[in-house]
Amino acid sequence: MTVRPEPSPLARTTTTFVGIAILCLIFADVAISTVDPWQEFNRMLLGLVTPDFYATDSVALAIAYTLAFALLGVALANVMGLFLALLFFSRIVRTGCAVVRAVHELFWALIFLQMFGLSPLTGVLAIAIPYSGIIAKVYAEILEEANPAPLKTIPAGTSRASAFIFVRMPDVWAHFRSYSMYRLECGIRSSAVLGFIGLPTLGFHLETAFKEGQYSEVSALLILFYLVIATMRIWMKRPLMPVYLIGAAAILPWGVAFSFSNIGRFLTEDIVPHPLRSGAGMEAFWDWLHMMVVDQAVPGTIATVQLTMIALVATGFLTIVFFPLISPLLLGKASRFCGHMFLVVARSTPEYILAFVLLQLWGPSMLPAIVALTLHNGAIIGHLVGRYTETVTLRQDATTGFNRYFYEVLPRVYRPMLALLFYRWEVIMRETAILGILGIATLGFYVDSAFADLRFDRAMLLIGITALLNIGVDAISRSVRTRLRLQTSLEQQ
Amino acid sequence: MPLLELREETVGYNGITVLRELELNIEQGERIALVGESGAGKSTLLNLIHTRLGKTAALVPQELGLVQALSVFHNVYMGRLHQRSVWRNLRNLLKPAKADVDLVMPVLERLRLEDKIFTSVGELSGGQQQRTAVGRALFHPGYILIADEPVSAVDEHQAREILDAITAEKPTVILAMHDRELAIKFADRLIGIRDGKIALDEAALGMTPNDLDDLYRNSDR
Repeated sequence: MTVRPEPSPLARTTTTFVGIAILCLIFADVAISTVDPWQEFNRMLLGLVTPDFYATDSVALAIAYTLAFALLGVALANVMGLFLALLFFSRIVRTGCAVVRAVHELFWALIFLQMFGLSPLTGVLAIAIPYSGIIAKVYAEILEEANPAPLKTIPAGTSRASAFIFVRMPDVWAHFRSYSMYRLECGIRSSAVLGFIGLPTLGFHLETAFKEGQYSEVSALLILFYLVIATMRIWMKRPLMPVYLIGAAAILPWGVAFSFSNIGRFLTEDIVPHPLRSGAGMEAFWDWLHMMVVDQAVPGTIATVQLTMIALVATGFLTIVFFPLISPLLLGKASRFCGHMFLVVARSTPEYILAFVLLQLWGPSMLPAIVALTLHNGAIIGHLVGRYTETVTLRQDATTGFNRYFYEVLPRVYRPMLALLFYRWEVIMRETAILGILGIATLGFYVDSAFADLRFDRAMLLIGITALLNIGVDAISRSVRTRLRLQTSLEQQ
Repeated sequence: MPLLELREETVGYNGITVLRELELNIEQGERIALVGESGAGKSTLLNLIHTRLGKTAALVPQELGLVQALSVFHNVYMGRLHQRSVWRNLRNLLKPAKADVDLVMPVLERLRLEDKIFTSVGELSGGQQQRTAVGRALFHPGYILIADEPVSAVDEHQAREILDAITAEKPTVILAMHDRELAIKFADRLIGIRDGKIALDEAALGMTPNDLDDLYRNSDR
């Protein structure tokens, strides 16, 4: 009798994705174009170990602004998200949320910048709007997964509102709370990055210091940024929430004026395709569309997809390397502590900042983006998988060392790891598009150029294409996850 | 010289005492069945014996300890992971080598699992999973086998087959079993545990299931 091993669907999918990524890598530009990257790297390292906390004027204010945007944005998103989650049975709400969260907060910020200028509204809405879409989806899922049994036991005739408050909320409240904490952490990262496009947060000072080569100042800013995030769970206490929110609203410079005619013009004229606006007729419009698609949308999309696929698969590989660093099945307490430190730094650094740094070092190519996306996302998923292994118990006589890693641990975590990875696919794609702002030729590059040329019609078209691309990837990811029966509960942290 | 001498005032875990006044010698070549109510301390005693014997014994824990995502071949092959180089193990993980498949196959044939060799354990029934765990222990090179309820999920006919396979392969066997009749048939020495103490330690020859009634009578706890 001959029995042959058949490749499992999991193995087939893995091979397919690795194959696609290799193909993408072959056609990718990953050259290092700077003359002497190591000299600059040495200067950076030197700066990193000699932080100068007094170099930046008004650091405290920059941190306060960073937190203020994050707090107000996330709070607003929580309220709107919860409201939308309750309406999630409606197809329109679901689609609306999908569209809203398919557009990255930096793109939202670029749009609002045209409408509200540097008013705080720009920063708050840039976080609140996409986060509402994300939170609505997650909260709806939490509500759906909640135990339905108690609902059957309440007396008939109980109003829906009472039933919700007494039966549903207590069950899901803890989930909501822990998820909104995680979102706040994301919000602080986003808020810092918003500085790169001109808002007065940490990113603004980071970019300036970087461009001027003031690496000691960069180091100080980064250390403060990590400190804020690392201590979040200490200072973020619920009773203090109103104080923080009022404080946040109070310090932001709301006095910055914006004109309503500006907003009106942007919404009714500027974003209308130029040929239609000038009345040049449909033919001119089709020419314009053709030019946009061939010259910008197609090359931008190809680069975005290419970079996404490379980063996705590389993230998978790095996760396999990273998760043992914090797994009690494989390492002792002391090593795990170092592993935790490393993963915290790697995942707290926004990929945008990482890519920015590497771009200064290596010059423009896909390499800085690949490394930045891989490091950041590998650290996030590695952390989640490492934490997952804490729940796994091995038999008493399980082997040790590499044998244990390959036979006992890796096969057990592979499925949840793939689930998390596919879950993150859409996030990686959103980030990939954004990195174009730094000069890598993904869709964000064309969006940013269009904004710079004040061609808002082009920018909106390209942002729309980016959103469609993200929604498409989300759909593919969902179908892959369903086909492979990969489930993620909301193990976002 | 016995294989193992146990002299313990108390045995327990997490600060809870499970066994008391333990005095037990185990000789090479013995077939021992531990009997007693659930919760009496059988698993604790088995774990203690396994810890003392170290790597020389093959183990079938009650919860089996299988890797669901891997095939039956891989799970059984794991019984000899420590004897092979990491590279060979890695190679077998990616694509089973014919030489090792040929080594594992006879074990699976004894357990009637040969047609499941490349099936993921997660897709097997409870009884098939239990047989896979026994297969891993049989493939383990040790002369001693320690098993906690290894035939609880299979029918009586299969249980006999599995026990026959175990006794044929391993000279020294220590099992925890709840089926008294099967325990008497299989073992040559019965150790009964009640209220955390060894209440019975006799040759199994000539015993009837009723002789074990005392172990299961309502305790004064």
